[in-house]
Parts: sequence; structure tokens; C-alpha cells
Amino acid sequence: MQSVIANLALLGRSTINRLAAIGRSGMLLMHAVIARPEPFNSFPLLMRQLYSVGVLSMVIIMVSGLFIGMVLALQGYTILVDYGSEQAVGQMVALSLVRELAPVVTALLFAGRAGSALTAEIGLMKTTEQLSGMEMIGVDPLRRIIAPRFWAGLISLPILTMIFSAVGIWGGLLVGVDWLGIYEGSFWANMQNSVDFFDDVVNGLIKSLVFGVVVTWVAVFQGYDSVPTSEGISQATTKTVVYSSLAVLGLDFILTALMFGDL
Amino acid sequence: MRIRGIELGVGVFMLVGALSLAMLAINVSGLTLSKQEGSYKIYALFENVGGLTARSKVTMSGVAIGQVTNISIDRQKLMALVEMEINADTDYLTSDSSASILTAGLLGEKYIGITTGAADDEILQQGDFIEDTQSSLVLEELIGKFLFNKASE
Repeated sequence: MQSVIANLALLGRSTINRLAAIGRSGMLLMHAVIARPEPFNSFPLLMRQLYSVGVLSMVIIMVSGLFIGMVLALQGYTILVDYGSEQAVGQMVALSLVRELAPVVTALLFAGRAGSALTAEIGLMKTTEQLSGMEMIGVDPLRRIIAPRFWAGLISLPILTMIFSAVGIWGGLLVGVDWLGIYEGSFWANMQNSVDFFDDVVNGLIKSLVFGVVVTWVAVFQGYDSVPTSEGISQATTKTVVYSSLAVLGLDFILTALMFGDL
Repeated sequence: MRIRGIELGVGVFMLVGALSLAMLAINVSGLTLSKQEGSYKIYALFENVGGLTARSKVTMSGVAIGQVTNISIDRQKLMALVEMEINADTDYLTSDSSASILTAGLLGEKYIGITTGAADDEILQQGDFIEDTQSSLVLEELIGKFLFNKASE
């Protein structure tokens, strides 16, 4: 009997803790987004974050995009050539990249490359009491630290997704046309007939915008809410990657159902 | 100097992003900025539209001149009523034109092919009907006819 009550209390406590964490993250997001911008102060801060979050992620995004496009073209070719419709490789590569793979894979890579770095940075700031130091001298850490990182992630991810798609299609072109010898004209024509700018490209952009919000939000919150010890930082970094990856994959299904499922 | 490097990097990043979007828009999705200047609607009744759907192409001599906008059942005649949107610059469809539902390739999409007739003086206007129509070929019906003919021999 005692153990049942103890277990019930444990369940209740963990539920309350979880809900409280969700509430705190919501408050953090609201403060960071609403924070009154000061153009002269916050623009250089945003610039610096765009550099570390966006520009430094560009290489990994380009390399993975290239290889994913190449693999897609190769796999598609081996199947489609049996039906004599290998010209459709361009269409297959472009549609699967623009609609699905570019937003999702970019968000996953972004969570691993930039999200974990954001969490670790903010967590270490908290551990070394830089955040409370800022508060003490009258600087709002939400505005100075959290807001620029959040906006930088939100801006960078859609741009990185576009770069991923473009490089991936180029990779598909390299393998399909230059190596396997698909006629280049029909490669592009099939692609242009099947890809619609608003239905496919813009929907992919919307997806990546949603993923940008989720991944950066999770990253800054886990850093800001981490237990201020070295162990706490490592846990927070792990949580960032796990939670944001799961959220991206789950949200992707919902968004795809809404956009392409004719619901 | 360090700030300048950061600004340069962010500038390159933005530029590459914009170029990628432009490439996706123009090269991949074939987006054209030239607006269609107006269109008019004509109708046709078919026995069977097969796999024709809204947004299917309407062609003449293989050139796309419009698209299907709506498919419904006509309540009086109990046939499929297809609403087509024809580009305004296609102003030479005669009133005795015929419309048939064709298939692109062996397993491809369905589209409407229009062939003009000989009546030069009467041009199809907004809301007109194409009288002469030919339905989509349905494989099962063809096989059924073939078997029926074989059996009656």
C-alpha cells in the first residue's frame, strides 16, 4: 500500500515537473520574441549569431545535400531504368528533396551542429554565473543572449534548407546526367512539369520555418534551464538533440498530412 | 577586422540562400513571372471522364491552351460536365470543335485534346458548350467489347 502511494506521488511529481518545464519554456519563448528590439545594439549581436549558427553550418549542409542528391539519383535510376522511364529521375530527386528530405535532414543536422552548441554555450554561461551577473548589472539576459540566438536560428534554417535542396538537385544532376547518361533536357523538363513553386517549394520553406522555431526554441530553453553543473550541461545537450530530432520528425508527419494529404 | 569577417560571412550566406531559392523557383519549378492575362470558360459533356481531374491540361495540337477547372455531373443529362478555362489569347476555337479525353503515354495522365472544325464564322465564347465529345478510353470496357465480339463470332 505504502509503495503504491509512493509511486503515485512520484508519477504526480514528474508530471508537475514536466508541465512546469513546458510552462517555463513558453515564458522564455514569449520573452525572447516580445523583447523590444534595439536596432543599434541588437543588430551586431544577431549578426554574430547568424555567423556562428548559419554560416558555419553551411559546409556540413552542402556536403550532406550533395551526397543525398547523388544517392537519390543512383537509387532512383536503378529502379526506373527497368521501366524505361529513367528521365523521371530528375522529378523524383527534386520532389523528394524539396518536399521532404531537405527540410527534415537540414533540421536534424542543424539540431546536431548548431542546437547542441547553443545549449552548451548558454548552459556554461549559466554555470559560470554570467547570466546572473548580467542581471545584476541591469542587462536583461533574455534580450542580450536568448533573443539573438533564437532569431538567428529562425532565419538560418530556411536559408540552409534552400541551399540543401539546390545542392542536392545539382548532385542528382551530376550522377543522373553526367554519369548515368540521362538526357539533360528531359531531366529538367520532367522536373519543371512536376514541381510547383507554391505547392512544393513554398511548402518546404514553411516546414523549415516551423522546424527552425522548434529546434532553436528547444536548444535555448535546454541551455537556459539546465542544471548548473558540468553533468547538467551534458544532459541538457543530449536532451536538445533528442527532443528536437523527435519533434522535427513528428511535426514533419503532421505538416505533410496537412499540406499534401488532402485532409 | 574580425567584425568585418563576420559581416562578410553572413553576407555570403544570405546571397547563397537567395541564389538557391532563385534556382529552385526558376530552374526546378519552372516558375514564370509573366501573368496570364485573363481567360474564358467553356464546357463539355462527356459520357465518361475516366481519370481526368481538375488542373488537367487542355491542349490543341499538343500545345497547352488551358486547364480543367471543375468536373461535376450534369443533373438533367446525367453526364459528366467538365468546365475548362481557356487562355484569352486562344480566340480561334470554332463552335463545331470537338473535345476528346486522351492519355499521355501508355500509363500517363489524362488530358483534353481539342480539334477545331470548319465553321470559321462562329467562335466559342464564355459559357459555350462543345457539342462533339469523345469519352475517355476505359480499358475494362475495351476488353469487355473484345470478349463480346469474340463470343459472337
